This record gives sequence, structure tokens and C-alpha cells, in this order.
Amino acid sequence: MVKKLKGILYISIAVVCILGFVFPNKHPHFWWQKIPVFDVVYGFIGCIVIVLVSKWLGHAWLMKKEDYYD
Amino acid sequence: MINIPPAFIYIIGALLIPLIRIRILKQALVLLIPAIAFWNLVNMPHGVYWTYQFLDYELILGRVDKLSMVFAYVFVIMSFIGMVYAIHIKEYGQHVAALFYVGSTLGVVFAGDLFTLFVFWEIMAIASVFLVWYRKTKASLDAGFRYVLVHLFGGCMLLAGIIIHVVTTGSIAFELFDFGTVAAKFILFGFILNAAVPPLHAWLSDAYPAATITGAVFMTAFTTKSAVYVLLRSFPGVELLVWLGAIMALYGVVYAVLENDIRRLLAYHIISQVGYMVCGVGLGSEMAINGASAHAFCHILYKSVLFMGMGAVIHVTGREKMTDLQGRDLYKKMPITLALYMVGAFSISAVPLFNGFVSKTMIGAAAGLLQRPSIELMLHLASIGTFLHTGLKLPWGVWFGLKKGDEDEIEDVKEPPFNMLLAMGIAAFLCIFTGVYPKVLYDILPYPVHYHPYAASHVVGMIQLLLLTLAAFWIYIDKLGGEATVSLDTDWFYRMFGRGCLWFCNRLLNGIRSGVQGSLSSEVISVGKISKNPYVFLEMVINSIQGKKVLYQDIINRPYNENSYRIQIGIGACAAIIFLFFLGIFYIKAG
Repeated sequence: MVKKLKGILYISIAVVCILGFVFPNKHPHFWWQKIPVFDVVYGFIGCIVIVLVSKWLGHAWLMKKEDYYD
Repeated sequence: MINIPPAFIYIIGALLIPLIRIRILKQALVLLIPAIAFWNLVNMPHGVYWTYQFLDYELILGRVDKLSMVFAYVFVIMSFIGMVYAIHIKEYGQHVAALFYVGSTLGVVFAGDLFTLFVFWEIMAIASVFLVWYRKTKASLDAGFRYVLVHLFGGCMLLAGIIIHVVTTGSIAFELFDFGTVAAKFILFGFILNAAVPPLHAWLSDAYPAATITGAVFMTAFTTKSAVYVLLRSFPGVELLVWLGAIMALYGVVYAVLENDIRRLLAYHIISQVGYMVCGVGLGSEMAINGASAHAFCHILYKSVLFMGMGAVIHVTGREKMTDLQGRDLYKKMPITLALYMVGAFSISAVPLFNGFVSKTMIGAAAGLLQRPSIELMLHLASIGTFLHTGLKLPWGVWFGLKKGDEDEIEDVKEPPFNMLLAMGIAAFLCIFTGVYPKVLYDILPYPVHYHPYAASHVVGMIQLLLLTLAAFWIYIDKLGGEATVSLDTDWFYRMFGRGCLWFCNRLLNGIRSGVQGSLSSEVISVGKISKNPYVFLEMVINSIQGKKVLYQDIINRPYNENSYRIQIGIGACAAIIFLFFLGIFYIKAG
């Protein structure tokens, strides 16, 4: 089941990468909007950055035991 | 059209509820009120209505234009959905509070002058706190007090700004403010406090998860979005708001990663989403203002679905921590709730064909048109975080979740009552409807819309972004489960300040008092008794001169008796004669 889902995910990523080349942005405001797979890279790296930075901030500083304010 | 301001339709309705004794009539009334208000809005042409003379000023209760109508429509629709969701509640005080809350929000939206704005602004804070207090737990009581104190503080800043504004300009009109003035800065402070702009946001993530299940649904819609409305009205194009908004969008995302309380996670995403709107206000172009208004409209709908979904989970399980819900396979027992929740989750994540896609991307595009690269990238990053938490982590953690093997069974889990599902269904339908057919929304926006969300490259780009977010989520799926912690936020400052005040009064001042009392109490009592009967003091002095050994306690405890101090009348007469004698001598000598 999990393998099947993974397969679907990989195939869909490949498809949207190709679609990115088929439908380029006709009115780019910035240089990166001309890159067909920019959102693929940004989505992946952005998500990892969000998880790692937030978890690091949380464990280093922000997260306290549930009875902290009691 | 009924010739009363929309705010009063709700407020009068709220006052009628306690007078009706039959439950079904009460239920009919709370649904009828939004229906009447909606019909009234549809038939209300643009213009200025309900102006009253107050002292030398003109109060305006009905400034009806495109901007106020967008917000009024969605507020009225939302009040209907919220009432359907809450219709099973037997405690009618909650309905009264909710109706006052909605009414005052509409009062804010149609206010044409600052006095009217301020009055409704304060009613909004007071009415909404009851939706927190009705939870009737210690945590909600405490959170409610913090909530209302913060809002009253914000209200004071707003009032200060209004007074300075009126004194310096002589006008109470609620229009564009010149951001350079002192008055405008105070007013902006009051506004952004209600918009939950960090660091003034902690009331939101503190109070919303503590509110009642149905009350929280109302709260998510009105306070922050009415603040967005007043910002759009009075501070478009203020550069500060661009940055505050973009930071705010990411701030909520970071905290949502850490959060374990399911409704607090959503509350942090309200902060994140309102960040887009505040950023749109700051950008100030026609497209940005359209985007902010449209996003407020869509946000209210999908956020209500999300809060209703999580509320339903709390309603049937009695649990609100992800760590208490994950791995229990709830998706098998409440699939309809899950499906409806996912409509909201896809909407907030701006999946194409859902309403977030047609509004959120408009703000990003406005940032692009104005050549603001860093803002565009920050908002783009926040979109990733939104999908990660609301679309993936939260449903995964609540309905599915990795099994650790030590999960307890949650008994009697089934779908929530029909009215709850119906309310979610209506809101979810509207999310999809405005997503598939955005024209209906674009037509009511303040400016003409020249934006086509469904350009092929937009759609492909968004799917790329979301799919890869899913891929990254898959990698970290073990790490993203709930952790049983609370996160420090800016409420730490006032919680600790409050604790400091308590320490100062209770330990320090009270300590001094009890110390003084302990060491001096017997003396203080003696002085008190002596001052009631000062003669005993003389008696004590005489006794000590004469060397008599009389217990001093016996003397001062003796009740006052005037007869014991009377002297014979002859002595008085003698004294009078002596006095007259000397007076006579003095008189003769002086004469």
C-alpha cells in the first residue's frame, strides 16, 4: 500500500515537472518564475527548512512542559 | 429593506431570545436573524444611512460601499453557518453572546465615524469573551480574562488615538489616516492588536483553543477579519504593514510546527493567513486590496470548516491534544467529518478549485506586480507551511497517525450531530463554489478584477509546490507527530507580569502588613481602646505615680462609664465663683 502510494507520488512529481515545461509562465515578475521547476525545488527545500528551523527553535527554546504556567 | 442598521437586527434578535420559552422557536429565531440580515444586505444600495447628530458631531451607522459590503456579506453568511453548527446548544446565553458579537462586528463594518466604530469595537471584545467563558473550565476562565484585558488595552489605545485625532483635526470621520500623525499610530496600534499582528497576537492563540466548541467557530471569523477591514479602510499602502504581514505569515507557520493542541495549531494558522491580508493592506495597490478582501472572505469560510471539523473531533472524543488522538484510527469512525475537513484544508492550502487558490495567489501576484521579491518569496514559503500543517500534519495526526502500541481505546466515537455536519457541509460547499466559480466573489470586490487565477502556469506551479511539500512531509512523518509540550509565546510577558504583580501584592506588601501586624498588634489594640476612653490613660499615670499595682489590662478593658468620672456639683460652683471673682477684678482694673 505504502509502496503503491510512493509510486503514485513519484509519477505525479514527474508529471508536474514536465507540465512545468509545457506551460511556462507567460508573465513572470521575477527571474525565478521563468524556471519551469522552480516550485518543485522551492516546495521541497522550503518544507524541509520550515520543519528543521521550527523544530530546532522549539527544542532549543520555545517548547516547555505542559504544566509550565501552572 | 428594513430601516434599521444591520448591527441592530442581531442585537435586537439577541435581546428577544430570552423572552421566547419554546426551544424550537428559539432555534428558528437564531437562524432567522442571519437570514433577515442577508436579505436586508441584498436590498441595501450603496450610500450613507442612519446618520445621527451627537453633540457637534455626526454619527454614521451605515456607510455602505463595496468594501463594507464584501465583509458584511461574509460575516452574515458566517453567522448563519455558525448558528447551524451551534443550534443543538441548550444554553441560550451562548447564542445571545454570539449574536451580540456578530452584530457589533457588523456595526464596525458599517461605521462611518470613529465614535460608532469605538463603541462597537468594545462590544465586540466584551461579547466574544463570553464565548470563551462558557466553556466553564479554569483554563478558559483564565484565558478569557487575559483575552478581555488585552482587548480592553487595545481599545484604550484606539480611544487615545481617536481623542488625539478629534482634538487635532476636529473631525470624527472614519476615513484614510495620515500615518505620520501621532493619532494614527495609536489607532493603528489598536487595529493591529485585533488583527493579531505579532507581538500583539498572543491573545488569539491563547483564547481560541480555550473557547467553547461552537464559540470558537464564531471567534475565528469576526475579530481578526473586522480588523483587516478597518486597516483596509484607513491604512492601505503603509509600508510597515507589508513587513509585519509577511513576518506574521511565517510566524504562525513556525508555531504551528510545534503545536500539540489541535485548535491552537489552527489558531496559529489564522495568524499566518491574516498575515497575507495585512501584507495586502500594506501593499495598497488595487489588486492587493482586492486580494486582501477576497482572502478575508475565503478565509472566513475555510477556517470555519477547519474549526468546525476539529470541534467535531473534540465533541465526540473529548480530547484536544494530538498526542491523545493519533494512532486511534478515527478516520474509520468519522469519515464524513474527515472529508469535509479536507475541503477546508485544501482551501487554506490554495489547492486549485478550492477558494484559497483564487484569493491567496492574488496577494502574491500583487507583490509580484509591485516588484517585491522578498515579500513574494516569504508568502510563498508560508503557503508551504500552511499545507504542511493544516493539510497534512493535523489530519494525519488526528485521524490516522503512527501507532506506538500504547494507545488507549476512545469509546463511542461516531460522526457528530447532523447539524454540525450540515454547517460544515454548507461552508465546504461555499469553499468549492467560490473556488470553481470565482466570478461570484470577484464581482463584489472593491475594485474591478484583472486577475486570472486559472492560468495554466499558475495551476501547475501550485501543484508542484504542494506535491513536493507532501514529499518532504513524507520524509519527516515520524518527526511531525504531536509532542506533549506548550510553546512560549509573547503572552509569556503579560503572564509573568501578572504573576509579578501578584507576587508584589501578595508576598511583598501583604508580607509587610502581616509582619507589622504580628509585632505591633497588641499595642495597636491598646491604643485603640485608650482612644475610646482617654481617662484610663490618666488613671494609669496616677496609679504609677502612687505606686499602686493595678493590672493595666484591667483598666483599659473596663467599659466607659460616665458616672465614674463625675465630681460633686459644689466643686463646679466653687470654680465658677472663683472665675467670676477674677473676672470682676480684671474688669475693674481694666475699666
